Amino acid sequence: MSVLAAGGPVIPTFGKGSSCVTGDHTFCWDWVRGHWHDTLGPALVQHIELTAIAVAIGFAIAFPLALLAHRFQRLEQPFGIFSALLYTIPSLALFQFLVPFTGLTVTTVEVALVAYTLVILFPNITAGLHSPPEEVLEAARGMGLTRLQVLMRVELPLATPAIIGGLRIAVVSTVAIATIAAFLLPKGLGYPIFLALKEPTPFKTEIYSAGALAVALALSCDAALVGLRRLVVPWASKGVA
Amino acid sequence: MTVADAANLHTFVDALQFIVDRPGFLATKALEQLALSGAALAIALAVALPLGVALGHLHRGSSVAIAASIIGRGLPSLVLIAAFLTVLGIGFVNNMVALAVLGSGPILTNSFDAVDRVDRDAVEAARGMGMTDPQILRRVELPLALPLLFTGIRVAAVTIVATAPIAAIAGGGGLGDIIVNQASYRLSGVLGASLCVMLLSAVVFAALTGVQIAMTPRGVRRTRVIGEPQRREL
Repeated sequence: MSVLAAGGPVIPTFGKGSSCVTGDHTFCWDWVRGHWHDTLGPALVQHIELTAIAVAIGFAIAFPLALLAHRFQRLEQPFGIFSALLYTIPSLALFQFLVPFTGLTVTTVEVALVAYTLVILFPNITAGLHSPPEEVLEAARGMGLTRLQVLMRVELPLATPAIIGGLRIAVVSTVAIATIAAFLLPKGLGYPIFLALKEPTPFKTEIYSAGALAVALALSCDAALVGLRRLVVPWASKGVA
Repeated sequence: MTVADAANLHTFVDALQFIVDRPGFLATKALEQLALSGAALAIALAVALPLGVALGHLHRGSSVAIAASIIGRGLPSLVLIAAFLTVLGIGFVNNMVALAVLGSGPILTNSFDAVDRVDRDAVEAARGMGMTDPQILRRVELPLALPLLFTGIRVAAVTIVATAPIAAIAGGGGLGDIIVNQASYRLSGVLGASLCVMLLSAVVFAALTGVQIAMTPRGVRRTRVIGEPQRREL
């Protein structure tokens, strides 16, 4: 109790909850249960939406671009440098930079998130397309395959592990960056954390529960993609993590 | 030009005006941010670099390196900062530790990879010449590992500098203070500070890339320095 007293006055804006909540103990399950429906659950769903839209659009843009760069290899180096530079732009600054154009909207957040996924997906897809050894391509051409057939039957299947690898990185980092969206919008798992930090004394349970959900979301997306890879390209899983 | 375009242009002009009006203030804030970032990077280097190099030299613990790369990406900076805040309280130390954790991921992964992937034949030859383990590490493995190893340090440094503005929400100071305080600085200030933050990260990126190119031994300079910020096979 003396520790609590030393903590100064605790402003009971966390709700009328239990002594655990008003005393801001380390972790209060009753708060999590009580606020799953109005806070954590919706935030998790919004977070999944933000991530899914960003990765889907990012992939839809990166994939044809990578095919183009694979066909016209001179495009690759400039895009590599461009994407390395884009990745150095801090997410918070990029969000703010877009606000004058698209306002405090989901669009602003998605444009930024899509940009970051592009930076990850494009190099991974091109690297995957480059991965088949020259002899394999030679053999395919020798068998009379056309350029399109080589792409569809040799290059794309062999590139699949690298493409899924890129998706893993993209999804995991998008989940992480999407928490920053809370600086603009009351959406996603960053928002409960943002609110908890705005309290006179940061409310621990809210920070820990939302944070744990974000990390768990990232890890389960990653695990799901590993599972997908085992399913689609079982040969690629031998000996690799 | 539509009305909306005109409004945008106006906002950016105001933001630039904000920068022009307060160069001293912004420079102070930028230095604050660099101090925080430098301290975090120093801690990350002190912890992650020896660990990664040692594991790479022994060719052990690739799972640790992979875990570090996943954790480094999957741990949202906001979560780290908020979680450390509940333990260490608001201010410099909390943010420094959170940013150091964030930065040690890429340093650990890349230093492990860099040393682990050094041509085994070269190491074998060095051993045949009678070099001891420390000599092999210092004269063979580290010079050959340098480009990739430094990539990790550069990625960590840029990540830390780029994330530091978020620390403003936990009393981290720096340019982020302006970005999270639209009530005082208005949109022009927020945008102006955002532009400064972008510039700062770009400068750090460019400076470290320059250092990296300069310190890479000529013989291994063909290894691409830029364009490989990601660990491709996870």
